[in-house]
Amino acid sequence: MADTTLETPAVTQHPRRIRWETIGDHVVLILGSLLMMMPPLLALTTASHDAVTIHREGLQLALGDDLGKNFHAAMFEKGGFTQTVDGTLMLMNSFILGIGFAVGKIIISMMAAYAIVYFRLRFATLAFWVIFTTLLLPLEVRILPSYEAIQKLGLTNTYTGLIVPLIASATGTFFFRQFFMSVPEELAEAARIDGAGPWKFFVDILVPLSRTMIAAIFIIMFVFGWNQYLWPTLITTDESFFTLVRGIKQIVLSYTDSQIPEHGQALALAIVAMIPPVVIVVFFQNWFVKGLTESDK
Amino acid sequence: MKRAGFDNIWLPVALLLPQLMIIAIFFYWPAAWALQSSFFLQDPFGFGSTFVGADNYTSLLGNNQYKRIAWFTIVFSVLVTFFSLAIALLLAVKADKVIRGAKTYRTLLMWVYAIAPPVAGFLGILFFDQSTGPMTKFFQSFGWDFKLGVDYNATATAMVIAAVWKQIPVNFIFFLSGLQSIPRSVREAAMIDNRSATGRFWQVTFPLLAPTAFFLLIINITYALFDTFGIIDALMKGEPGNNPMTLVYKVYLDGFRGNDLGGSSAQSVVLMVLVLVLTVFQFRLVERRIHYT
Repeated sequence: MADTTLETPAVTQHPRRIRWETIGDHVVLILGSLLMMMPPLLALTTASHDAVTIHREGLQLALGDDLGKNFHAAMFEKGGFTQTVDGTLMLMNSFILGIGFAVGKIIISMMAAYAIVYFRLRFATLAFWVIFTTLLLPLEVRILPSYEAIQKLGLTNTYTGLIVPLIASATGTFFFRQFFMSVPEELAEAARIDGAGPWKFFVDILVPLSRTMIAAIFIIMFVFGWNQYLWPTLITTDESFFTLVRGIKQIVLSYTDSQIPEHGQALALAIVAMIPPVVIVVFFQNWFVKGLTESDK
Repeated sequence: MKRAGFDNIWLPVALLLPQLMIIAIFFYWPAAWALQSSFFLQDPFGFGSTFVGADNYTSLLGNNQYKRIAWFTIVFSVLVTFFSLAIALLLAVKADKVIRGAKTYRTLLMWVYAIAPPVAGFLGILFFDQSTGPMTKFFQSFGWDFKLGVDYNATATAMVIAAVWKQIPVNFIFFLSGLQSIPRSVREAAMIDNRSATGRFWQVTFPLLAPTAFFLLIINITYALFDTFGIIDALMKGEPGNNPMTLVYKVYLDGFRGNDLGGSSAQSVVLMVLVLVLTVFQFRLVERRIHYT
């Protein structure tokens, strides 16, 4: 009995010194998490109130009664200048842009990277430089001439005009090139000895081998495509082609113009615009982080 | 190229063709066209253009408004880069240290990556609302008459805060993966040599993170220059007026709202040169890094 009472302080004292530091670490991390979580969370709680309350009192911490009503209005009531677009249509357009961009980019860049890495080509170096120069100039820098080019081709207000110019950069090609270079050389040699042609090798061996890489780059590209703003703003003037992120501008404009702005609906639409990319990033976190940190280096 | 390459000629050409065509049409053609039209003065009604030599450039460099915007862009980029890197580094160091809940923290701190810049800007509008915004009230409690969209400094502050918030996750992810790639043996050796945690961080961990930090520096400058467009556009609510803006926003404004094709193209070319300088700088840093190791 006496022994245990004597020993207890000696045992707990040492861990306690470390624990204060650990608690400090947790406090910093909790504050950081709150900093990142609060704005979207407040958007959600505020979206559950009616327009008058939000207009008068601003952001709301507690949940109100109008969450379902606001979401229903945002998704199914026609809005915009011509009253032809609703949230459901914009959501669909966002998916078309996100998935179309990611899939198109993966297919085109995988093919190009395969050609550069696995073939003895005289102009391989030239092709490499022609493609990789595009890494230097983001679309934002050459936005006006790109728009003029699309206009001359008659591609404004089309999905092609929306998606294809965004693919014209080498990020994906660079990524797959790096990955193909790390694939053991013996694999291609063995395939050749076994009589597999270059196309069979690509489809039956290289593509299945790159599955994880494809998944990682799909996530990054989907989020990138979904979140595009400047390009869709210029290319789509017809509201039936609006994506959610592009529609935000219209929301903000109507929000400042009307007497009692429909903040609740606008916030509901903003939340719908956040959900798909956030869900993908959170659920496929490991692939996403791997793709991000390995592709950019 | 691999040693064991295939000898086929037409297959690689066919494989490369889609990428090369897209790049030619949507990259090289527009870029060349920007360069060309930067030397012309376009009639605003589309009745042709006249060659004006370097006039677009000289009038740009003599323009006080352009100088003001360039200055804002520099200040904005420096502030956004510094704060988002500093906050992310602090959080990454802590997230790397804790054992309990490490995964949860990682998720909570990185998920904002998926939110689009204009959506972040839209949330910013509510936080900085003139009458009800909590951030407005916060600044007013210091006696600052904070008015988003009216007061130049207030709008600039809101833009910096929203842009920093949106960029923390990317920096956090890279710093954390940089920290986790530091070998255990190095950490343990440092533990024996240096008892102070702060000393250990600045003398051992930070130098090992330097390559990641250099890389992130470039990424963040590019972000502040280009990807913040949505945040800036949302926060000024489509009314540029007297509001602060970045160089990219000015390209958009002159080209699409002002119909000043030549001036906008000249600005595009100035930005292209800026990006090229940044890239060369980046490559030189990478080279130096390789020499050291």
